Amino acid sequence: MSRSPGIGTQGSDVSQLEMPAPNRLKEIISQGTPYWFLSPWVIIYGIFGIFPLFFMVFLSFQDWNPSEGLGAMQYIGSTNYVKAFTDPLLYKSMWNTLTIALLSGVPQHLFAIPMAYILVQLGERARQWFTSAYFLPYITSTVAVSMIFFQMYQGNGIFNNVIVMFHDWSVTAPLFTWFDPDYPIQWVRANSVIQYSIALVVFWKYLGFNIVIYSAGMATISNDLYEAAKIDGANTYQRFTQIALPLLKPFIFFGVTMTIIGNMNLFDESYVLTNALKTATKDGMTISNYLFRIAWEDQQMGMAAAISWILFGVIAIFTAIYFYLFGREGLQEN
Amino acid sequence: MNLKKTLSAAVAAAGLVVAATSAQAAITVDVYGDYGNYFEDFKKDITRKAGSYKHNANDWGGHHNKLTLNLATGSGAADMVLVDTGMIGGYINGGGLMDLSDKFAPFEKDMVDFAVKQGQNEKGQQIGVPVDLGPGVAFFRRDYMEDIGYDVDEVMETWESWLAYGRELRDDYGVYLVSNADGIARSIIYGTVKEGNGIYTGPNNEILIENDRFKFAFNMAKQLREEGLDANTGMWNDDWYGGFREGTFAMEIQGAWMLGHLQGWIAPDTEGSWGASNLPNGIYGTWGGTFAAIPTQSKDVESAWNVIEYMISPKAQLAAFDEWAMFPANKTVHDDEMFNEGIDFLRGQDARVLFAEIANNVNPVQPGAYDNIAETLVVNTALQEVLADGRDVNEALKDAAQQLQKRMR
Repeated sequence: MSRSPGIGTQGSDVSQLEMPAPNRLKEIISQGTPYWFLSPWVIIYGIFGIFPLFFMVFLSFQDWNPSEGLGAMQYIGSTNYVKAFTDPLLYKSMWNTLTIALLSGVPQHLFAIPMAYILVQLGERARQWFTSAYFLPYITSTVAVSMIFFQMYQGNGIFNNVIVMFHDWSVTAPLFTWFDPDYPIQWVRANSVIQYSIALVVFWKYLGFNIVIYSAGMATISNDLYEAAKIDGANTYQRFTQIALPLLKPFIFFGVTMTIIGNMNLFDESYVLTNALKTATKDGMTISNYLFRIAWEDQQMGMAAAISWILFGVIAIFTAIYFYLFGREGLQEN
Repeated sequence: MNLKKTLSAAVAAAGLVVAATSAQAAITVDVYGDYGNYFEDFKKDITRKAGSYKHNANDWGGHHNKLTLNLATGSGAADMVLVDTGMIGGYINGGGLMDLSDKFAPFEKDMVDFAVKQGQNEKGQQIGVPVDLGPGVAFFRRDYMEDIGYDVDEVMETWESWLAYGRELRDDYGVYLVSNADGIARSIIYGTVKEGNGIYTGPNNEILIENDRFKFAFNMAKQLREEGLDANTGMWNDDWYGGFREGTFAMEIQGAWMLGHLQGWIAPDTEGSWGASNLPNGIYGTWGGTFAAIPTQSKDVESAWNVIEYMISPKAQLAAFDEWAMFPANKTVHDDEMFNEGIDFLRGQDARVLFAEIANNVNPVQPGAYDNIAETLVVNTALQEVLADGRDVNEALKDAAQQLQKRMR
């Protein structure tokens, strides 16, 4: 790419005004530097994020068995949406998702806030150690965690064995008369308890995440406020409810929003605990599991696309209601 | 310049590696389960017959999801793929797998009839070549039967005699008759299909799930649950394995391949306590089985076919049976002397003869394009509602039929 010796050396007005070609290229490259650096992410996000999103809109109006190849798609109008809306399993799985979301989500925050408060009181060093410990489940593979819980939930697993222990111990025996050791609780096979079993795993796994959010939030509250309150005679509980809680609102808002979105998308825990959707699916199947079943087991991709848009709508509505009710306060807008 | 040189050298080296690898692994095969070990252990033999290959072993679900994705996008499928019986219905009419009729013709007479028909699409083209079968067998505890003083043929003669034995087990020994009531419903649903019909649909896609076969199956399962004759352990979990080891149930109806799992790792210590028998009431059914197929994307059909030809050859069929209890789909080996050998786990019983007899008596069942959806609606949903929530059988089946109708195109 050698430069022509004549260019830029002739001293004419034109040559001064017109930038030589290689310089222009250099300029474009240098001006575009941030975009070049961004481009891998943009391209990948475009291909794997944006494109599927729009492709799914298209797909939701098609009838398509994927094993027949891309050419097998047939436009069928809104049939997929009609099929989805008339399938009782859609409502049932949506209801299951909501129940599991509440059973696991509410306790997460009710536990995380006071625990974060206690951790902050323990001082910096202890807080870091404990937060790391509580955060460990969050960074552990969900499938691995669920499989371990699946084992613990078996008839001869640790949960039933602990109950048997209490049942047989004379002190606690009167409290456990309802339990018949011959019929251990079917934690992951009975529809009546599966939602609690799934919720416990979700609670255990995400508690740490919320503790981290809240303890970070508590750390931003100035000590002066606590001291001032102390001087005014406020006890620990009052300092928690009157100072920590109100100032934590933006963090609570963020944490709860993440929980709503995360819990509405719940998949792995319920998939593993229902033995790949084979047992207790009536109450244990979430909307994402239902979506997976329609797409991959039933191979009806069009209907699955329609359901995912319905799921998107539901999450959007829940989030909008939540923002409408608490958004102003949560974001501390005046 | 130096950087340029280094880069060029690296690119060239990478190119060489790719070329060498691709020369080494001329074709690819996608497999699941024990077939991962199969393609590892028999590598020398297969390579001699079909040239070099690279196999990609996955779990059952991952394998079929990958295949679906590969067929959907028209790229990435291996030259030869395995497909499970339960999934074959969704693929054979899709057009993504090749018609192997001509290549398979010389071998057809050697293979078990029902499995050959199961691998054919609506036009009668051979899409899947059967490589192993899962003849349905009742594994039973001999010791319990002896203690009570029953003979296995007497127990299995009718559903009534079978239930009577179960009640005695329950009352006198506190032992369940079977592990899971839904397994029994499945055996009736799969084992009593009229010839020419599919499991859930007829030849013209008419829905069959409200007929007597389903009602009987559901009622039988319900009765077992209500009378406390099934342990309700679920399957492939600790409770189920523990049930085999501790003898909490006296019988398990599964494919013949279950023997390999039982004697291998689930309950090797119970050797000699078990026997194998026909299913109750003279029904014949299958549990699982594997087909080999070649995607139309395959770049080397000949080599891929050579792999399949190796797999269905008598030598390989017997070797796989011996090693992983993959029951031969090639019936010419069913009279091999290996079949007459006693099996220690089954107290010396020459059970392989029985497996072969069952395999050759199974009625051909036409795979349907909606089998997967129907299975979900009937076995995973309706049957669960009946067993867990005591829902009325007719109502549950009617609902399932309506749902299936809606989901069919």
